[in-house]
Amino acid sequence: MKADPKGVLTGEHYLDGDHACTEGALAAGCRFFAGYPITPSTEVAERFSARIPHVGGIFIQMEDELGSMAAVVGASWGGKKSMTVTSGPGFSLMMENIGLAAMMETPCVIVNVQRGGPSTGLPTMVGQSDMMQARWGSHGDYEIIAISPASPQEAFDYSIKCFNLAEKYRVPVMFMMDECVGHMTEKVVIPNPDQIDVEPRRLTKKSPKDYLPYEPNEDLVPDMIVAGDGYRIHSTGLTHDERGYPAMKPEVQEKLVHRLVDKISKNADKIIELEEDQTDDADVIVMAYGITSRVTMPAIFKARKKGIKVGFIKMITVWPFPEKRVRELAKKVKAFVMPEINLGQVALELERVVSGKAGVHHIPHAGGWVHDPEDIYKVIVEAAK
Amino acid sequence: MKKNAGNVPEHPMENLLRMDRIPHIWCSTCGIGTAVSCFIQALQNFDYPLDKIAVVSGIGCSGRIAGYIKLDSFHTTHGRAIPFATGLKLANPELKVIVFSGDGDLVSIGGNHLIHAARRNMDITVFCVNNFIYAMTGGQCAPTTPTDANSSTSPYGNFDHPFNIPLLVGSCGATYVARWTALHIRRLTRSMQEALEKPGFSFVEIIAPCSTLYARRNRLGTGLDLMKFYHDNSVIQHGAPLESLDIQFQKKIIVGKFIDKKRPTFLEAWDQYLGKKLGDKFISAEKGIRAA
Amino acid sequence: MARTEIRVSGFGGQGVILCGYLIGKSAALKAGKQATLNQSFGPEARGSACSAQVIVSDEKILYPYLTQPDILICMSQEAYAKFEPELKKDGLLLVDEDLVKDAKSRDKIKLYKIPATRFAEEIGRKIVLNIVMLGFFTAVSGLLDKEAVRSTVETSVPKGTEELNLKAFEKGFAYGSELLKSAPTAGKKKKAAVPA
Repeated sequence: MKADPKGVLTGEHYLDGDHACTEGALAAGCRFFAGYPITPSTEVAERFSARIPHVGGIFIQMEDELGSMAAVVGASWGGKKSMTVTSGPGFSLMMENIGLAAMMETPCVIVNVQRGGPSTGLPTMVGQSDMMQARWGSHGDYEIIAISPASPQEAFDYSIKCFNLAEKYRVPVMFMMDECVGHMTEKVVIPNPDQIDVEPRRLTKKSPKDYLPYEPNEDLVPDMIVAGDGYRIHSTGLTHDERGYPAMKPEVQEKLVHRLVDKISKNADKIIELEEDQTDDADVIVMAYGITSRVTMPAIFKARKKGIKVGFIKMITVWPFPEKRVRELAKKVKAFVMPEINLGQVALELERVVSGKAGVHHIPHAGGWVHDPEDIYKVIVEAAK
Repeated sequence: MKKNAGNVPEHPMENLLRMDRIPHIWCSTCGIGTAVSCFIQALQNFDYPLDKIAVVSGIGCSGRIAGYIKLDSFHTTHGRAIPFATGLKLANPELKVIVFSGDGDLVSIGGNHLIHAARRNMDITVFCVNNFIYAMTGGQCAPTTPTDANSSTSPYGNFDHPFNIPLLVGSCGATYVARWTALHIRRLTRSMQEALEKPGFSFVEIIAPCSTLYARRNRLGTGLDLMKFYHDNSVIQHGAPLESLDIQFQKKIIVGKFIDKKRPTFLEAWDQYLGKKLGDKFISAEKGIRAA
Repeated sequence: MARTEIRVSGFGGQGVILCGYLIGKSAALKAGKQATLNQSFGPEARGSACSAQVIVSDEKILYPYLTQPDILICMSQEAYAKFEPELKKDGLLLVDEDLVKDAKSRDKIKLYKIPATRFAEEIGRKIVLNIVMLGFFTAVSGLLDKEAVRSTVETSVPKGTEELNLKAFEKGFAYGSELLKSAPTAGKKKKAAVPA
């Protein structure tokens, strides 16, 4: 399906990451936004509030992030592609209904423009320390998809990707931006609507009589309905059977929770997007995401000039983690290097997957600023020894 | 359960109940079942296509209501039924969206959403079953528990002050506010129908017995004794001043319809205000594309 | 051209960010260059020293922040005090001479002064000070083609204010061009102001 032209601002723009993210959402067909202001994500909401009356849809500033996330889940069942945007403290409040979205298998996008934490932390300064929270911040076992952009152009492009994946896998998708990308202004090219692919909702073709709301297809994802279309379904945050009815039994729980996890992990190859550069004969591989993937590049260039064989993996998808690819590479390389603006979150997963087959060098940063490429360079040199 | 075996007549509410989920979980003599019966009756009287009606509940005994109604129904998180319903309604304005939940869910953990939905005049109908206690979790004190009443977390009696719910939602801008008890079956049914027909944020408080916990802890007898209490102590007083509607432990309960007024709903205001400001450039929410 | 780092500074309300935005936008959309803009957030945007940071390059910009500015534009004393020390030794310093009283050139820094606020008042509105400064920057730095910046101003300012803003731009540009010809610090080469 191609994008609805009403939402697409075709042309060349000079936009910051937050504004570009909004344009991506509108291009993807998002027509419902519920949110609560919080720095440094507010510009996404501001632009949506200005644009949506020209496109057709709703912007509602809710009373808090608890309500925002609940409204997003409700709106998605009402048949609109829906989103919210927040930063650290608001992300914490959203966790409750992110869990509901995962359990009800509700397509939706949560944008987190990350700032330094914990608590109020550094409201106007960069961080990447909500990555683990994005994955498992709500209680219980579930999997989500998380994507990180490194520029305003990517904020536009991958915002669309988030909505498409949310629809395809009926899962909340976390768009893990960071303050630096959110507040950085660069050229953003928005293509024509007929050049933008958007994923439609996977609506059932069955009649209400034959339809079971949680009966999975081969790809483990069930088809959906829109409230008001005559199916009279029930959906609950309780453990439920294929009819959607509560069923508090260990065997139902086993089946449901496994499927919620498997529909992401078993489709990981189709979901994961990486940009690889010179990884084939590398001794050291640097992996990074978001703004850190950019800051890393000068260090890599310098190391290569000094004759070190450095490969680079820019992670566009952070969750699910590219386990398969890292396992392959771990057999061949000396070490992995991962800078990230936290004290070790995605790097922990890297370490687990590498599982001692190669070295893992984490480069921590508590936030407030990006890494100094020189610091990354030094670790690459160390890792290559 | 076998459907309509032999010559057993069909249940008159079968078209609106998920019979494959009956028996329900509620205790014998609980007031929730009565509230649901009145609701089903009100739905049958309500002239609206049933496929376009959705029910949203939160968590608690009353939170289970959505699960028994054969309409599009959603059993959400604790306190968030109203914001969920807000999203549902705004995304699909042709839906009639009903929130059916309990006092703890709507007034305590969901209190912020309740007052803001009333302020916005969100076009939803809220039915609040008030049994004065957190029943599903074992009888804890609620923001509706009357002063002096006993609960599992106020074992020496409640020193705290309960909410006057009609005053709360009325002062925030609800367009329809009524209170009845589970005893007032016909009046409650009619009131529910009125609330459904009312544009904007309509609210009905339903005082209901919790025989297992509230009645037992407070030595008030059986569910039937509570119904007798309602019979002897309810005072119908339409249009009573909201300030007079406080509920005191085992004292008179004023019931009736207190507010019935007109005010632009959130969506009407959105369309009118933005339509005026943006003129030809304005595209109404309803024209926004669906997800598919 | 390699990477050129520019800091536009002043106090909140002067249009500092807009000035930086227009430099970046002209470079990115009209001059075929890469341009990354960052700005200061928080209390700084509400009264005290405030700045916009622009990086202009022919190549992909990887590190998004300034490392050491090549060009500093100052529209307040406080901003001068705060940001002048970080300017490159052979950098370019542009100041509003009425707002920065004691601007001095150290090392090989080339200093150009303009009574931008006075010009803006003459044109009719003090608010276009930032656009006078932008015109001045365009002339003195030679970093961007005049037409690229001028047309960006024309299409980016609020409708109905184009004429006013273009007047301000031209005023700053003309003053800068004159200075380049006459000022002793400008040296002999016309576009020498931009550090290599």
